[in-house]
Amino acid sequence: MTAHDPALARPNAPTTTYRYDEFDAAFVKERVAEFREQVRRRLEGSLTEDEFRPFRLMNGLYLQLHAYMLRVAIPYGVLTARQMRRLADIADKYDRGYGHFTTRQNLQYNWPKLVDTPDILEALAEVEMHAIQTSGNCIRNVTADHFSGVAPDEIEDPRPTAEFLRQWSSAHPEFSFLPRKFKIAVTGAAHDRAAIMVHDIGLAIETNEAGETGYKVVVGGGLGRSPFVGKAIRDFVSRADLLAYLEAILRVYNRFGRRDNKYKARIKILVHEKGIDEVRQAVEAEFAAMDRSVFSYDPAEFERIAAFFAPPPYETLTAESEKLRAESVAHPAFGNFVDVNVSPHKVPGYAVVTVSLKPIGGIPGDATSQQMRVLADASERFGFGELRISHEQNVILPHVKQDELFDLWKTLDAAGLATANAGLVSDIISCPGLDYCALATARSIPVAQAISRRFSDLSRQRRIGKLGIKISGCINACGHHHVGAIGILGLEKKGQESYQITLGGDPTFSAAIGEIVGPGVTADQVPDVIEHIVDFYLAERQENETFIQTWRRVGHARFKDVLRREGEDGADI
Amino acid sequence: MTALKHPQILFASDLADGEVVFLGQAGWERDHARARIARDKEGAGALEAFGKAEIAANRVVDVYLADVEIGADGAPTPLHYREKMRIKGPSVRRDLGKQARGAA
Repeated sequence: MTAHDPALARPNAPTTTYRYDEFDAAFVKERVAEFREQVRRRLEGSLTEDEFRPFRLMNGLYLQLHAYMLRVAIPYGVLTARQMRRLADIADKYDRGYGHFTTRQNLQYNWPKLVDTPDILEALAEVEMHAIQTSGNCIRNVTADHFSGVAPDEIEDPRPTAEFLRQWSSAHPEFSFLPRKFKIAVTGAAHDRAAIMVHDIGLAIETNEAGETGYKVVVGGGLGRSPFVGKAIRDFVSRADLLAYLEAILRVYNRFGRRDNKYKARIKILVHEKGIDEVRQAVEAEFAAMDRSVFSYDPAEFERIAAFFAPPPYETLTAESEKLRAESVAHPAFGNFVDVNVSPHKVPGYAVVTVSLKPIGGIPGDATSQQMRVLADASERFGFGELRISHEQNVILPHVKQDELFDLWKTLDAAGLATANAGLVSDIISCPGLDYCALATARSIPVAQAISRRFSDLSRQRRIGKLGIKISGCINACGHHHVGAIGILGLEKKGQESYQITLGGDPTFSAAIGEIVGPGVTADQVPDVIEHIVDFYLAERQENETFIQTWRRVGHARFKDVLRREGEDGADI
Repeated sequence: MTALKHPQILFASDLADGEVVFLGQAGWERDHARARIARDKEGAGALEAFGKAEIAANRVVDVYLADVEIGADGAPTPLHYREKMRIKGPSVRRDLGKQARGAA
């Protein structure tokens, strides 16, 4: 029993997450019934695959390399313990006992049967979850800072805004058939943990000189085969104008976005081809001309939504826990975990814990159903029953008392969830690649595993410091390789898997697209190449420089030179 | 008879459960070793035509021909690594997919 035991400390405690209203619940339930009928008609043969495909994609169901894949939305990455347990139950009953957490803060099941998917969606609906708009040319799951509401550097919790946008974008009739998929991310902090600069629309909560809270709006970022860093279209949009302004952007994109070529259909191409000034002009003209009354801002409604994300009933604690200090010294492995995976919390005496889903040699983002249940239990015992999924494919426990970190660590360690590598070189983002994905041209998971094993020594990883490696198994860049400090892109070259290395990518406010440093290498060569890059960085870095800082100071040419020397004029690297 | 550069077999996915299937002598097989092998363009065309009919009959989806080589035991093995993976399952989880059943 702990102070966080809901049966003791917080009977009938408020949730810290959004709850469906009657409309939400009825809508999701109706969609499940509708899809059940569509599946029935497909299986009996009255719908062809061409007719059925858009229906299944609207419900997050893909056909992949070995089986169907169901993508479940986790709005802005927030989960309750009850929801996490349901995800585990579904994994056991309808899948193969595990789930894969993605860079969109979603969860994917890799083995569902078409015949079972209506039952899965019904099971999800019972806990206020669904798979709507996790596919298709619509506004996808809105993502947000995984430290929302607890980060000390936060200007404002972005979750109410993200929920506001979720409600606006869900089943939006005008934006259900956009030229291409559309992704929105929100951050409310001084440091961008939501990668807003590489989204179709990125929102940064800011306060203007008048003290009014609003949004910096960034447009046209994105990865894929044509990566771009987004551009500011407006430095400040008031909260009252937010929905109308986003509506104006989407209308301009819907009207002028290219539908003749799917590879040029994203808003980033529109911004690139027309220029941000012309796009801004069109958006402002639309914004000025449109009937904004239908988007009139109701502060009471925003406050109603925001109330769902009210801080949980924290205890009054001292800022620094003596117990934590003593346990960290007495148990070095725990001390390492605290140093690496535990982040400051805005409330004294609490901490934010990143649970790495990147065990050494493991599959990035995968969690077994048993691990999901351990995390659900831990969130209730140590943190008000709330969890977050990060776009880095990890799980966050956002409200842990410092005094209870040791007990939490023991719980996590017993479940294989205590790898102390958050943000380090083995905390690798990886898409499923050709092990699962029908679009992939090469595998990415085995490459991540090989690098992870090469750098398995956690003390060595700590000496290297924060260093993001991101791997994609095809040009669509689901593994965000373009914004990895070290990016790896799997391609096919002459019938073989080949890997292209990029350096200098950055997903934060100082966003940058990585630069290619040499010809493609084989999978076997990748760990050596990464090691050469890391060794060069360690030799060159000054004081506490991060990899990106060293890269920017030293420059592309010298990094490329060191690889060329290792690889005989780059021939082998 | 027009020779193919490589023999071919027909891949598809079962509509109901999504599992990879192969056109065999008497219908869809889940073991690629039992796949019917086309050795000339006419044979490949026949496989493809049957596949299209099966799509129309709503039994399978995503039908396509893939190049194979024939082993000493007469069983086909895909030439491309993508299809090599499809006849087994994910290379990172040998406990999943067809390989878990010892089918490949």
